[in-house]
Amino acid sequence: MKKPIISVKNLVAKYGDKIVLDGISVDIYPQEITVILGGSGCGKTTLIKNILRLFEPYSGSVKIFGKEVTEMDEAEYYEILGKIGMLFQNGALLNSISIFDNISIPLEQHTNLSAQIIEKMIRVKLNLVNLGKSGSLFPAELSGGMKKRAALARAIALDPVILVCDEPSAGLDPLTSASLDDLIKKLKELLKMTMVIVTHELASIHRIADRIIFIDDGKILFTGTLKEAKMSKVNEVETFFRVGKFD
Amino acid sequence: MELKDKTLTLEGELTKFTVTALLQEFSQYKSKVISKIDMKKVTFVDSAGIAFLDEIYLSLERYSPVLINMNNEIDNAFKTFSSLDIEKITIKKTISIFEFIGNGFYNWKNSSKNAIYLLADIFYWSFVGIFNKKGQRKGSIIQQSLLIGVDALGIISLLSFILGLIIALQSAAQLRQFGANIFVADLMAISMVTEMGPMLTAIILAGRSGSSIASEIATMQVTEEIDALKMMAINPIRYVVVPKFHAITICIPLLVTASTVIGIFGGLIVAVTYLDLSAIAYFNRVIEVLILKDVLVGLGKSYFFAWVIVVIGSYYGFNVKGGAEGVGKVTTQSVVTSIFWVIILDAINSLIFYFEV
Ligand SMILES: Nc1ncnc2c1ncn2[C@@H]1O[C@H](COP(=O)(O)OP(=O)(O)OP(=O)(O)O)[C@@H](O)[C@H]1O
Ligand SMILES: [Mg+2]
Repeated sequence: MKKPIISVKNLVAKYGDKIVLDGISVDIYPQEITVILGGSGCGKTTLIKNILRLFEPYSGSVKIFGKEVTEMDEAEYYEILGKIGMLFQNGALLNSISIFDNISIPLEQHTNLSAQIIEKMIRVKLNLVNLGKSGSLFPAELSGGMKKRAALARAIALDPVILVCDEPSAGLDPLTSASLDDLIKKLKELLKMTMVIVTHELASIHRIADRIIFIDDGKILFTGTLKEAKMSKVNEVETFFRVGKFD
Repeated sequence: MELKDKTLTLEGELTKFTVTALLQEFSQYKSKVISKIDMKKVTFVDSAGIAFLDEIYLSLERYSPVLINMNNEIDNAFKTFSSLDIEKITIKKTISIFEFIGNGFYNWKNSSKNAIYLLADIFYWSFVGIFNKKGQRKGSIIQQSLLIGVDALGIISLLSFILGLIIALQSAAQLRQFGANIFVADLMAISMVTEMGPMLTAIILAGRSGSSIASEIATMQVTEEIDALKMMAINPIRYVVVPKFHAITICIPLLVTASTVIGIFGGLIVAVTYLDLSAIAYFNRVIEVLILKDVLVGLGKSYFFAWVIVVIGSYYGFNVKGGAEGVGKVTTQSVVTSIFWVIILDAINSLIFYFEV
């Protein structure tokens, strides 16, 4: 079996006194697409943010590339950030600058590439998400779906080793959503990316998932490959794969 | 990288880590004739690599070199990342001075029109709202009055008191030279009632309540709450603005009165300690000099100040652009603009009531 690229052990996450993740252990394997599933408010975003040290875990361990995230010093953490792209649930584009500038930020932060190369990389990425003509616009001038795609372009600006997407296809029409899935698969193959994707869309899961993590009520209900998930006897998992909804 | 028989052979990985060095290395071949770029020894290409290839291709354009020996994987990367031929991105747009002036005037005309519509809307719904509380949250007027009035009372009192002290102290030195000590009462009464009380209150309200009106509405606008209100058939002006309008209308005369009285008290301290006047003499004089007109004009104009603050705060709030940053921007603008208009209104008021030829 491959060695995990991200390894979470007994992670507990709290907001104030409220326990959101109650001792979660998951492994993410390289060059796979791992889909995180679970009802709204079950803690998917919280899990991702804890893994990426956007929140400090209450207890437990998170290892990325074999290193404990909470114990990294600033330099190590910074280096890791250059290898991870994150697509936030609400896009989180910086509103005061253009889409083009939004995408150039990670490139300027983490590389010493020349301005021409950076500009070309940005144009490539914009084209990849079908926003070739919108680079000079500001986030407020984009539709919801366009914002998502622009945010994706920013997330993959650095051709990251790991791409984390929080509900990439929420709010997109089925066609765009399908082409986004194609793009995600292509990126995985071409750039050998590892992906962690939160999504509820059954169709999308069938298209892209290699592995499934099913969270319920702050606990892991199921982990395994897509095939195993489809045959799972766990009640909630079975229901989800039958009707595409959480009960 | 090596050049042989007009063929440039690239090797290894073309990635964001290698292309900067490769570009430098390439600069020695720039002037050479190159008709082929051999990709056989290239093992991996990312988007920086594609950008690099495009860059060297551009500088060799006159020989239109061809890429040869691409393996499947790299060919795939090419197809995915291809299409550099998309529209050049132009961010900075320069416009001529005439366009700039024209735009400015056009925008000004439009925004004045919108502001006047909003003003009319606010006055209409505030009037209707006196009799009909439909579409307002229960208790919102009381809640707003607490926010706008009660919470501001402390700072307004303190500043009025200090201002009273300052004015009295500054003039006391002069008055004493002429033995005109008692006139400090005239000065305090008239300046506080007609000018300082209303003005100070208005400026503090602009800073406290005007900004909060603007930022509250702007945030609601940005987070699409205003749209949600509209979807639920609630008029955002009735829901958000009218309670504030009513609250500020109730509070402003009380705040101005408090400010005026406390300011006059500040003067009293100076009069008693520094000018050897008795408190009774001071107050008798204050009452003697004040005429009804001054009191009415002072209170009257403060209503206009208050309404200007609400209307301008709402105007900027509803017209917010962008996200969180836009909220900050309109908040600042609303404060500056309301203070500006408060002062303009004050000037107009003085011309109407006190200008005699
Ligand atoms: N900043 C916060 N402060 C307090 N509680 C929070 C915060 N963020 C999230 N929560 C709570 O933590 C729980 C998990 O939230 P989280 O955002 O991780 O859910 P989610 O699984 O991503 O849901 P969704 O699918 O709706 O995005 C929720 O009950 C939420 O109320
Ligand atoms: Mg979430």
